[in-house]
Amino acid sequence: MSIETTAGTEAPAPLAFRAARRRRRRLPSIAVLLSIAYLACIVVAGVFGPLLVPHANVQSLTDGLQGMSSQHWLGTDDLGRDIFERVVLGARTALYGPLLIALGAFVIGCVLGLTAGYVGGIPGGIIMRWVDLMYALPGVLVAIVAIGVLGGGYWVAVAVIMILSAPYDTRLVRAVTIEQKGRPYVEAARTLGMSRSRVMFRHLLPNVLPLAVSQAFLSFAFALINLSALSFLGLGSTPGSADWGTMLAESQASLLDNPLIAIGPALAIIFAAVSVNVLGDYVFDRLSTKEGRND
Amino acid sequence: MTLRSTLRYVLGRLAGAAVLLVVYSFGIYSLLALAPGDPVRLLLGNLPATPETMDAIRARYNLDDPFFVQYWNWLTDALHLDLGQSVLTGQDVSSAIMERAGVTVQLGLLTFLITMGLGIPLGMLAGLRRGRFADRLVSQLAMFSVSAPSFAVGILLIIVFAGQLNWLPSIGAGEGGADRFRHLVLPAVALSTATIALVVRYTRTAVIEVAGQDYIIAARARGVKPSRLLFNYVLRNSLVPVITAAGVVLSFVMVGAVVVEATFALPGLGSLLVSAVQQKDLPIVQGVTLVIAATVFLINLVTDLAYLAVDPRIAVDGASR
Repeated sequence: MSIETTAGTEAPAPLAFRAARRRRRRLPSIAVLLSIAYLACIVVAGVFGPLLVPHANVQSLTDGLQGMSSQHWLGTDDLGRDIFERVVLGARTALYGPLLIALGAFVIGCVLGLTAGYVGGIPGGIIMRWVDLMYALPGVLVAIVAIGVLGGGYWVAVAVIMILSAPYDTRLVRAVTIEQKGRPYVEAARTLGMSRSRVMFRHLLPNVLPLAVSQAFLSFAFALINLSALSFLGLGSTPGSADWGTMLAESQASLLDNPLIAIGPALAIIFAAVSVNVLGDYVFDRLSTKEGRND
Repeated sequence: MTLRSTLRYVLGRLAGAAVLLVVYSFGIYSLLALAPGDPVRLLLGNLPATPETMDAIRARYNLDDPFFVQYWNWLTDALHLDLGQSVLTGQDVSSAIMERAGVTVQLGLLTFLITMGLGIPLGMLAGLRRGRFADRLVSQLAMFSVSAPSFAVGILLIIVFAGQLNWLPSIGAGEGGADRFRHLVLPAVALSTATIALVVRYTRTAVIEVAGQDYIIAARARGVKPSRLLFNYVLRNSLVPVITAAGVVLSFVMVGAVVVEATFALPGLGSLLVSAVQQKDLPIVQGVTLVIAATVFLINLVTDLAYLAVDPRIAVDGASR
């Protein structure tokens, strides 16, 4: 019934055997395991950050710009704050905002995509014109200008980026819905007299979920990069806060005195984005065993 | 028949771009009304808020007219390259844009060259050696570089190549040809990390698809020399979808330049926009966003038309949609 199981139940035995072998070979690679480990650290740091590093924001001007030591793992910044502790604290804004954006875009995308794909007609047309428009707009530019002019802040940035990522989910869900729409189970549900919304959310949705979930990982990475870019430009998190983008922007003055100020948050962002993408790729591979996919 | 469908396709694309530009410019103009605070005060900037100056601003920007009339006047002025004056410096927005555009265009071109020069060969290598070590290596690197935000990469590049090795200058745009080039290398590399990955993926997929076609097998069976097979058969045909990638790269570069210019303190359009946003200099914000967006739309339009020139079947498909 679902995309996942068709290969196993309907294909002749040798093919099924090959599919099973292929799946076994796709056991999580080292890259995937490392990504999961790193993301787990971010989740822990994001949730318990202030408890783990309660003194992260304490300034001590006499201890400024120190190198690595057992006391300060990544040294200290120009105000004597421990860089490693601030990077740990920065996991908070790198976790909550992108998570909210990915979830929000996922929900909006599922509702609008199912409507556009299954109901179609005038609502579908309106939804797709909106999606086309959003696709054509240079998203980052829109975010910078909208947030800058409307008066910024982290949560405004979260809302704007959510609206900018929803069209990607919508287009994907619509495409899968149209592909699933002709399947017998949908027709059966309709023949039984089920309401449109019941067919959409009880029957189509479970089959749309696998791709929508892997899209959510992409949204998370997109949101992470763009939120920190906005903070870097001074339009997201408030200046002085322990956000990786903000820390990078504020590192520029003392960059050449103590490069660790920038290396810490820069690597934190890069690894986080790479991990989410690696994991998303893996989830996509596991969830979509569509025949004919050849890489 | 073909001519008609081609014409219909081209006109359709032109109309689409025009509609997009109107919708977008309306959004940009609405910023003035949406921004918190009185538009008159926003446009006054550093001028003293006397009744006379406020009246002058109202008259200059037609603020007493209905909103749509204001927008229409602004749009027609913009089409005549009159985008108003900077609130803070009083400079003409269009001359400020002309001053800054050079750096952005040079940065964009250099990024484009690096992206295509590295992306296409790497993508071909990965596609031809599919599943082998080279493919896995290139694909993993592409995954890494597509995820890395350009400003973080940029700062790491500054630390390594300007700070530790002292090979290249860290910030600013430099004067004159060679010096300008030296200043633009690091920003261009930072900006091309994401786009190279994109081109690698497009090229790899295209090469894999073309290499599996019947005419390639037929040519190989006829005994066509491998080098000829590679360049005249595989490469030529797989470059068609790469045109799309080129368009995507160019529009990505126009937008990505905003962040990279801020990272490297380059005096281009992007840093003009960022400082204007931070200082609430609305005419500059509106002018620069309009120019960047119009450029992106133009790039997309040209990409569509170039694609049509290479593969005329598109028009037939496009018309039947």
